[in-house]
Amino acid sequence: MQLHSTQPARTGSGSKVAPPGVRVEHLTLRYGENTIFDNLNLRTSGGRLTALLGVSGVGKTSLLKIIAGLIEPTAGRVIGTDDRPVFDRIAYMGQQDLLLPWLSVFKNVTLGARLRRETVDQARAWRLLEQVGLAAHHKSLPAALSGGMRQRAAIARTLYERRPIVLMDEPFCALDAITRANIHELAAEMLGGRTVLLITHDPLEAARLGHHLVVLQGRPATARSPIAVAGEPPRSPDDPNLQNSQAQLLRLLMERQR
Amino acid sequence: MITGIHSRFAKAGRGLAIFSGLIAIWWAVATLFRLPVYMLPTPPVVAEALWAGRDFLWEHALITASEILLGLGLGLLLGALLAVSMAFSRVLQRWLMPVLVVSQSIPIFALAPLLVLWFGFGISSKVAAAALVIFFPVAASFYDGLRRTEPGWLELARTMGASRLAQLRHVRLAAALPAFGSGLRVGAAIAPIGAVIGEWVGSSGGLGYVMLNANARMQTPVCFAALFILSLMAVGLWHIVNLVLKYLLYWAPDAA
Repeated sequence: MQLHSTQPARTGSGSKVAPPGVRVEHLTLRYGENTIFDNLNLRTSGGRLTALLGVSGVGKTSLLKIIAGLIEPTAGRVIGTDDRPVFDRIAYMGQQDLLLPWLSVFKNVTLGARLRRETVDQARAWRLLEQVGLAAHHKSLPAALSGGMRQRAAIARTLYERRPIVLMDEPFCALDAITRANIHELAAEMLGGRTVLLITHDPLEAARLGHHLVVLQGRPATARSPIAVAGEPPRSPDDPNLQNSQAQLLRLLMERQR
Repeated sequence: MITGIHSRFAKAGRGLAIFSGLIAIWWAVATLFRLPVYMLPTPPVVAEALWAGRDFLWEHALITASEILLGLGLGLLLGALLAVSMAFSRVLQRWLMPVLVVSQSIPIFALAPLLVLWFGFGISSKVAAAALVIFFPVAASFYDGLRRTEPGWLELARTMGASRLAQLRHVRLAAALPAFGSGLRVGAAIAPIGAVIGEWVGSSGGLGYVMLNANARMQTPVCFAALFILSLMAVGLWHIVNLVLKYLLYWAPDAA
């Protein structure tokens, strides 16, 4: 499979290694009486975007936070397909853009470096800002940006972290349809080659961006076997592959909710 | 720009209107009820006292001003340190919070004589009194701000590999600055109380000392003159604090 992305994802050392997939094994998460997952198993392919769908409250965000190492599971583990832990190899993009309001766009993008007391890679930050079209706004505070611009800044911040795995929790849900469609193209282009796990409510978003679609359903939640979408993302809105998968997804989700 | 200048003029005009309005009411009450000078002197009499005693009043105003400023500085420093250490360690928080609350249950009036006993008649007992009344509002509101950092920011920082210290330094401190600002505002407003109470209890200088002496000798106009200077200082301090906060909180216009 040819990667037509800008560059292959790199690991921290800078060597070109194919990014690992994520394996979720025998995962159990309980809050008191409430069982979110009971022996959940899931496997995503390295270097591919897996879209994770499911109705609200099914535990999508909890799953992402467990993978990110933010929540300790009751039992089970998350490990890379290379048998190494993943929590220190992920970049996380939450439901809100989480830009710090007192920092300029440039400083927000390079936040990770300052948090780890590294020197800021100026060239890399500028390149990313150019790519997301915010170079002219590098001095602006987040409050001065539109919703789409803030989301693009958050993408640049996510990619500034040289992490092979990117976890995204409905990052585009607050945007209007047109802005969202534009940002999909940008995201697909920039994330290409990384292992991405994208939570979304939107079957169109899933079918445009995903190589694989996974539906999470039930309580405790189980994952259905992944649906593979033909063709390379971002698929154009009139791509028949996209329309098929979208219809299939919608049927599946509606059926589950009934 | 034009609106900026306009609003500045409007603000100055409003201040002037409040100031002259208050003086007018005072004047009217003093003349209408024909109150003797030792009970309520009229504004011109007070102005005369102010002018006649200008050197003497200035000297004592400087003492009180330095007590307030030093007390504010010390109170801010202690309050901020306490808040940060409580935010950083749960154990410290559990041990320090009761101490903090107890320290506030003792009225400063009761404590002031002890402070004078311990720190002497000079400036240090007044600085201690001002610092004591300031440090609680600062510590309480700053700690509250540090505790309520947006959880998403902290999670993001953790996924970026930030240590707890780095999270505190780069995220929580800045995020708690608006809360610190409201504590600082309260502190600046009550700092003069601490200093003046300290002066009343036992001192050899300062506006509180002037007021006490003038009162004892029925020199009510001098007492009013000292009060007038004290209120000017309070308003001035309030404005300086607001300017500083506006500068620090450039990113949170509704908090500044």
